[in-house]
Amino acid sequence: MAQSTAEPLADHAASSGVHGHDGVHGENPFLAHHFDTPRHQFESGKLGIWLFLVTEVLFFGGLFCAYAIYRSLHPEIFVWAHYYLDTFWGAVNTGVLIVSSLTAAWAVRNAQLGEQKKLVVNIIITIALAFCFLCVKYVEYSHKFHENVLPGRHFNPTHEAWELESYKKAHGEAALPVTPEMHPAPAPAAPAADGVAKQPPPGAPPRPRHVSVFFSIYFFMTGLHGIHVVAGIITWLWILRRALRGEFGPKHFGAVDYAALYWHLVDLIWIYLFPLLYLIH
Amino acid sequence: MLDMLLPLGQLAAGLVSSQPGPLPSALPEPPKVPDSPWFWMPRSASNFADPIDGTFSFLVWVSLISTLGIALAMAYFCWRYRATSRDANEAAESQVDHSNVLEITWSVIPLFIVIGVFVVGFKQYVDLRTAPRAAYEVHATGQRWKWGFEYPEGLTHPELHVPVNRNVRIMIQSVDVLHSLSIPEFRVKMDAVPGRYTELWFRATEEGTFPIYCAEYCGTAHSDMLSQVVVHTPEGFAAWVAEEIRKIEMMPLPELGQLTFNQSGCATCHSLDGSAKVGPSFQGLFGRQEKIINLGAVNVDENYLRESILEPQAKIVEGFPPSMPTFKGQLSDRRISGLIEYIKTIK
Amino acid sequence: MTSPSATADDIVAPAERASDNYLTHEKGILSWLTTLDHKRIGVMYLMCVMSAFLLGGVFALLVRTELLTPGRTIVDHDTYNQLFTLHGAVMVFLVIIPGIPAALGNFILPLQLGAKDVAFPRLNLASWYLWVIGALCMVLSLVINAADTGWTFYTPYSTTTTTSVIPALTGAFILGFSSIFTGMNFITTIHKLRPPGMTWFRMPLFLWALYSTAVIQVLATPVLAITLLMLIVERVVGIGIFDPALGGDPVLFQHFFWFYSHPAVYIMIVPAFGVMGDIIPTFSRKRIFGYKFIALSSVAIAILGFLVWGHHMFTSGQSVVSATIFSAISFLIAIPTAIKVFNWLATMYKGKIHLDTPMLYCLFFLWVFTIGGLTGVFLGVMSVDVHLHDTYFVVAHFHYVMMGGSITAFLAGMHYWWPKMFGRMYDEKWGRISCGLLFVGLNLTFFPQFVLGTRGMPRRYYNYLEEFQGLHQLSTVGAYLMGLAFLTTAAYLLGSLRKRADAPANPWGANTLEWQTPSPPAYYNFHNPPVVTEGPYEYADWVYNKRTGGYERKAADGR
Repeated sequence: MAQSTAEPLADHAASSGVHGHDGVHGENPFLAHHFDTPRHQFESGKLGIWLFLVTEVLFFGGLFCAYAIYRSLHPEIFVWAHYYLDTFWGAVNTGVLIVSSLTAAWAVRNAQLGEQKKLVVNIIITIALAFCFLCVKYVEYSHKFHENVLPGRHFNPTHEAWELESYKKAHGEAALPVTPEMHPAPAPAAPAADGVAKQPPPGAPPRPRHVSVFFSIYFFMTGLHGIHVVAGIITWLWILRRALRGEFGPKHFGAVDYAALYWHLVDLIWIYLFPLLYLIH
Repeated sequence: MLDMLLPLGQLAAGLVSSQPGPLPSALPEPPKVPDSPWFWMPRSASNFADPIDGTFSFLVWVSLISTLGIALAMAYFCWRYRATSRDANEAAESQVDHSNVLEITWSVIPLFIVIGVFVVGFKQYVDLRTAPRAAYEVHATGQRWKWGFEYPEGLTHPELHVPVNRNVRIMIQSVDVLHSLSIPEFRVKMDAVPGRYTELWFRATEEGTFPIYCAEYCGTAHSDMLSQVVVHTPEGFAAWVAEEIRKIEMMPLPELGQLTFNQSGCATCHSLDGSAKVGPSFQGLFGRQEKIINLGAVNVDENYLRESILEPQAKIVEGFPPSMPTFKGQLSDRRISGLIEYIKTIK
Repeated sequence: MTSPSATADDIVAPAERASDNYLTHEKGILSWLTTLDHKRIGVMYLMCVMSAFLLGGVFALLVRTELLTPGRTIVDHDTYNQLFTLHGAVMVFLVIIPGIPAALGNFILPLQLGAKDVAFPRLNLASWYLWVIGALCMVLSLVINAADTGWTFYTPYSTTTTTSVIPALTGAFILGFSSIFTGMNFITTIHKLRPPGMTWFRMPLFLWALYSTAVIQVLATPVLAITLLMLIVERVVGIGIFDPALGGDPVLFQHFFWFYSHPAVYIMIVPAFGVMGDIIPTFSRKRIFGYKFIALSSVAIAILGFLVWGHHMFTSGQSVVSATIFSAISFLIAIPTAIKVFNWLATMYKGKIHLDTPMLYCLFFLWVFTIGGLTGVFLGVMSVDVHLHDTYFVVAHFHYVMMGGSITAFLAGMHYWWPKMFGRMYDEKWGRISCGLLFVGLNLTFFPQFVLGTRGMPRRYYNYLEEFQGLHQLSTVGAYLMGLAFLTTAAYLLGSLRKRADAPANPWGANTLEWQTPSPPAYYNFHNPPVVTEGPYEYADWVYNKRTGGYERKAADGR
């Protein structure tokens, strides 16, 4: 991406020189007064957005740390709890985000080449896919809320894991016995915060203590990611508005590029979240 | 966000209000800090005091020499190289701006010093954290805002009593927030963390009474969460334990029952106010009719209570899980009678 | 530092010199609130940070007054706990972290670099607004029912107390983003907006320090943000990540918190090193000693600062192995710090030393920072730390570093750049008196606290044993002296604003670029981009002119 962007800018790099202090470059209304050339401005913005992405990675990094710590301390919680997540919808959302990343990257190319129509179309597709992602997330969330699969002290599921379709599918209708070392024996009485656990059928693992930790992490990570998707939609709507006004072209496409970089990061985080939360064995 | 709805202006109210000062603390009066022969450190009263003080003194001397050296050099330069006035436009005597020899010297010398103190500090820290196997074990519990110490002889006391010259290991826990058990005269300190045990150990080397503080902020009366450690001779310690146990055994029965109720964890499952916890509430229990699974109504009397304490699975009250552990062999007969008398008083 | 031909006349068109500067370029409060000019944003930061300092200072004096006697002196237990919490939170998040970078740095960085502005002026203004919103959240907490958790927000106390912790956490969260955006802006500016000839090793040390600070801000603050967010959600929803009753771990919070907050200590002190690096050579009329060592030691401190957070937790029950690693790396930080102090001292050797107020503050800094730094070594030694942890020794140590280091350097920088920022000289006599008063007050306040700490007095205590009263009273008297010193400082600095602009372009004879613009600087800083041909600490060409009261470049080419 960086190489292809440098080229169109280079054509116009020569257009500057010593400029006055009236704040506006006569030849380019989008060039801020303190930059020499559009390329100079673009590169500064690029460094800025990369720094921002670094802070985003660290922001989520804290959560990934928490995930790693609790998963290594209590692997049985994660195995038990992942049956509550619907791998199908998770996979659909992964696909949706990957495609939207593609259209986002395509939009950058369109802006660089000055293809106004394609640019607008690609931005609209990206926004539509982002909405699609949120709708799927809404379906998943509302299902969990309905079943009382909630984080922390609110966790009180209407169904135990062995009653779920996903569990039966994985273990056969008879709920095959599970190796004991995978599920260390939990304390006899479930803690009050998890509600009163039902007795498991023979062979099925009983509910481990503190399953709610998984859902705390699940809701926190996916929720924060969802907020980032919403922020992405707002950003793309703003880019769309500017695109419709014809503000982007080979000289000036920084904003599209930055938005796309941000969108790739949002996509990337989901690509990590999906296997870490949904695909646990 | 509920806490945002609380009444406002408490800070302002606190500034003008004239409520009385300290909350009741676990001790009748605050502990005394014994006189210390040192300027910096408190009295040395444990096996850790001398080695740690040695490291500390070394650091004090290093700091004193460096600080004074830097200050004197600074003062000398300011006087020796002072400019008379700006108008005189004096140039500096030299523009020397680097010397690798000097840079290496003043990097390497501090490096050796810190490596030295690191190694010494590491050894002492390992010692602090590694309790010997043969140690007298006391459980300490931090709770807002008091310390409780539980001795192997079945005794719980708000003060820490230990024999002199004997290794003592303290298992620390907290029932609410973070606390930290700090005994400056022993140079030991360890946080009390809810949900896990931490430990510290020491060997008291001097008889006497020394203050115990809570060193980790824990809310309102954090600064009143004081206790003291009393170091006895071995005979004196044995006598103290015997006397405390005798005191307990001589208590009037209801009081002994209340003490047992608090010490044995009854309150975790049995409330005193009628609310149902894991087990039935003790309020108005005595003399009531309870519905027992497979038996029907049973009158709650002394024998029923005694049986429930010693063989809790024999009669299960309807609507409650069969989860009470037995106390057979853990409570003396007198304590069981005390509990029964105590339950009678809860109306 | 520019080529000999680039004098102030050349950089700024003569017509602009008399009247048009950044203060007068536009008028009205709205022109300030919507400004994208880094200088105005810097000045707005300065005003806000100073107001917060006043607030935090009042809390400090109330805390010290309460400690005049054991038991109740003026307030009750809970109010005292709220006071020290707010004092800490306000001073850390609202004053010291944004103090030098956001207030002085915003104003000076582009000027010193030779740029027209920071890379992202809108983001810069957004940072300021975030600061204001964050500060308002803190004030909101104060008005509702101030948080009483200590500025460290340790769980599970912070998740269970009934005071309004959430507004305070939200405030700190928002302030974190203000800090992140400032950091991003500074890194990009230094990377991309250096004028011709301004190589990395021709940058003034203040810029090196701001660069190192910005790196820490960008890398550490997001972790604080996510930690505070978890704590907020924990309080609102009860997710239990830090709650042992729900399977969480309260010590995990401490790890997360100190992963940010130890580097944050360097966010507070590294800019102070930068201020020293600029002022000491200027007032010694001599090149800085060991430029590269000082510059790179800032970077070393910034990197090592990320690996030492566990030294706040030697008594938390963490494993002996991790404690050992954290202790060892902590000691490594002592070395670059020592290098700096020795190099500053060597800079004075054979110089021509002018003891004006900024330089006095630097000497002040050298004394208190040496004490603060060395007592840090005590706390790094694991066995000694077990005794000193959470006592007044720690309080004294970090006040010597934060108050004696950061705030003193901030005052040094403020006096040094005051003529540049506002075009007025302050009263030198009062400057020296206040500096002396502050020096006495600071040492009187915090030195007794070392003794309190070694004798076992724990921190955050409302009540204390009678044996400690004498030392506490000394400390309180010192605090009043400091309060007085700050009042006189505020008085003569604000008083100087009332007189006619009189400051020369270069009152101290410094050779960094900001002094080659008029005082106060023009709206767009530089008419032509300056061309840099020499290092920042070359003083031979600058000659004092008695008539203007400032330095002028020797007319080498006959002009």
